[in-house]
Amino acid sequence: MNGIHISKREDLPKKRETVIRILAVILSIVCAGLVIWILGYNPIRVFPSMISGALGTEIRLQQTILKAIPLIVTSLGILVAFKMKFWNIGGEGQIIMGALAASYVALNMDGLPKGILLSLMALAAMIAGGLWAFIPAFFKAKMGVNETIFTLMLNYIAIKYVTYLQYGPWKSPESQGFPKVATFSDNAVLPKLFGIHIGWLIALLLVVIVYIFINHTKKGFEISVVGESRETARYAGMNIATIILIAMFISGGLCGLTGMIQASAVEKTLSANLSGGYGFTAIITAWLARLNAIAVLFVCIAFAILLQGGAYIQISMQIPAAVADMMQGIILFFVLGSEFFLQYKVNLAGSFRKAKEVA
Amino acid sequence: MEGFLAATVIASMPLLFATIGEIITEKSGHLNLGIEGLMLMGAIMGFVVGYGSGSPFMALLGAVLAGAAGSLIYAFLTVSLRANQVVTGLTLTIFGTGFASFIGKTYVGMVVPQEIKSFFRQVDVPLLGDIPFVGPVFFQQDIFIYFGYLLVLVSSIYLFKTRTGLNLRAVGENAAASDASGINVTLYKYIHICLGGGLCGLGGAYMSLVMMSVWQENVVAGRGWIAVALVIFASWNPVKALIGSLLFGGLSILGFRLQSMGIHISQYWVDMLPYAATIVIIILSSTKNKKENQPPADLGNPYFREER
Repeated sequence: MNGIHISKREDLPKKRETVIRILAVILSIVCAGLVIWILGYNPIRVFPSMISGALGTEIRLQQTILKAIPLIVTSLGILVAFKMKFWNIGGEGQIIMGALAASYVALNMDGLPKGILLSLMALAAMIAGGLWAFIPAFFKAKMGVNETIFTLMLNYIAIKYVTYLQYGPWKSPESQGFPKVATFSDNAVLPKLFGIHIGWLIALLLVVIVYIFINHTKKGFEISVVGESRETARYAGMNIATIILIAMFISGGLCGLTGMIQASAVEKTLSANLSGGYGFTAIITAWLARLNAIAVLFVCIAFAILLQGGAYIQISMQIPAAVADMMQGIILFFVLGSEFFLQYKVNLAGSFRKAKEVA
Repeated sequence: MEGFLAATVIASMPLLFATIGEIITEKSGHLNLGIEGLMLMGAIMGFVVGYGSGSPFMALLGAVLAGAAGSLIYAFLTVSLRANQVVTGLTLTIFGTGFASFIGKTYVGMVVPQEIKSFFRQVDVPLLGDIPFVGPVFFQQDIFIYFGYLLVLVSSIYLFKTRTGLNLRAVGENAAASDASGINVTLYKYIHICLGGGLCGLGGAYMSLVMMSVWQENVVAGRGWIAVALVIFASWNPVKALIGSLLFGGLSILGFRLQSMGIHISQYWVDMLPYAATIVIIILSSTKNKKENQPPADLGNPYFREER
């Protein structure tokens, strides 16, 4: 790479940062539009249709929010782990285990009053999700076992286990041979507020709580320090192992709560595909939000618009869902790439054209 | 028994190609979690080109190029733009899954042309194929599988016995020191990430062209993630990757086999075994501290020359 010189930015004015970010988003949309056009659709019709599909009517808006809720809660969970540079990619499994525990409570204790039953379900889900994340955290803290692969593997064990339950011991006798767990009683379903289940309120509250936890409490500060530098944390006398264990329990607990919300309010039962990829998508949203809880809220809403818009154009314009997936990918590639220009400065020493070829 | 083991070899091939692809990628210091997407891209492009041209070579070329092109995006973002490897890899999987599903839309249910089918028919290796037991299992297979054996050999020699292989491992262990000793770190990373991606593409193509020989949605079905696990299982060694692929491939078909024998163990329990085994392996390998079983030291770290 002769001709260009790259150096780390010391500090970036807020204004420049905003400009670069907006540029990246515009570029990514233009590029995604180009791909849509190559695939034989008219981007000038597709994009407005997506927006209208996500926000156009009250029902569509509700659908968008329904998609944003699990994304927000899971992203917050991922955020707590990533803040510590603990690469928890086991969100899927933690969601599933949370849903499993919540379902166990819902199916076996549905005589309890609604409020108590729902609280128990949430508690069980958080503990189950938390424990599922605690296992890799324990091995990481005590023996230095690689957490990326460990958490990834636990996803599949959780999914296979719930599949086994769904096709085996937990199969509802009333489902006429169809592999399905019994539907929850009304008592175990989250109530609605303004037309949407109260998961949205939980998500908003959690945004505030996680923000305060990370930025204004001692534990949250310790988590950030461990993430910044293990050495610093050690010199400061922090017990790194304990911090990892606590943070991962919280991280998994939040993901588990997503499982409870989805099982209770959306599926109204337990199913192996209930996590719907949110565990993976949340990694991307948490990262794009630069691990800031408030930013998570907005990134997840934007993402939910993309998801719902993609689902809508499938019906309204007969565009396969796969196109929306590809668009998602392209937009993400651009946004990920733009991070570079926020952190590094590119000086074009050689002729401009030459540098352009390289870039 | 022979029949089961021969089927195991077939089931292990997509895993083998993807695992060796990921080993080569990780040796350059890059953890690519986009394998699932790359395999799907290879599977569909191999199928589409094969379907259109009827030529097995063109089909394989299409698969390799698709995998390499997909990983080129990953390489550009993670090597040149230093984006987070985990996030970029996951994004690549989203993209690749969408790509394969879209391109494959009109091909669902279509069958691989006869020329390709007969090219990948069972060919007995003379002499070796006649060995009792070993012959029917390993050497009465299709050409693709023999190519897989060759790949194990070639990639082992390349990684551990050649100058460039040594340099590659140096890049993965310590990019800064390699740079200082005059190795073109960026070039090494680009080439090997794309090489790895191309192999993942081939693994996908084996699924669509040979194993299934019919295009179906999401043909790879999670094998890319198993490959990520296998890399660790194999401790970054192609020979152990073959052993691991056979083991995991066998497990993937064991449940149905047991059921046909009247032993009722749910396939879902058997399905858990590869993942559980991987967890046991990473725990054990962290205690043994044997140097050659450890991941490349610089795995996952972006390299920036001025930050040494």
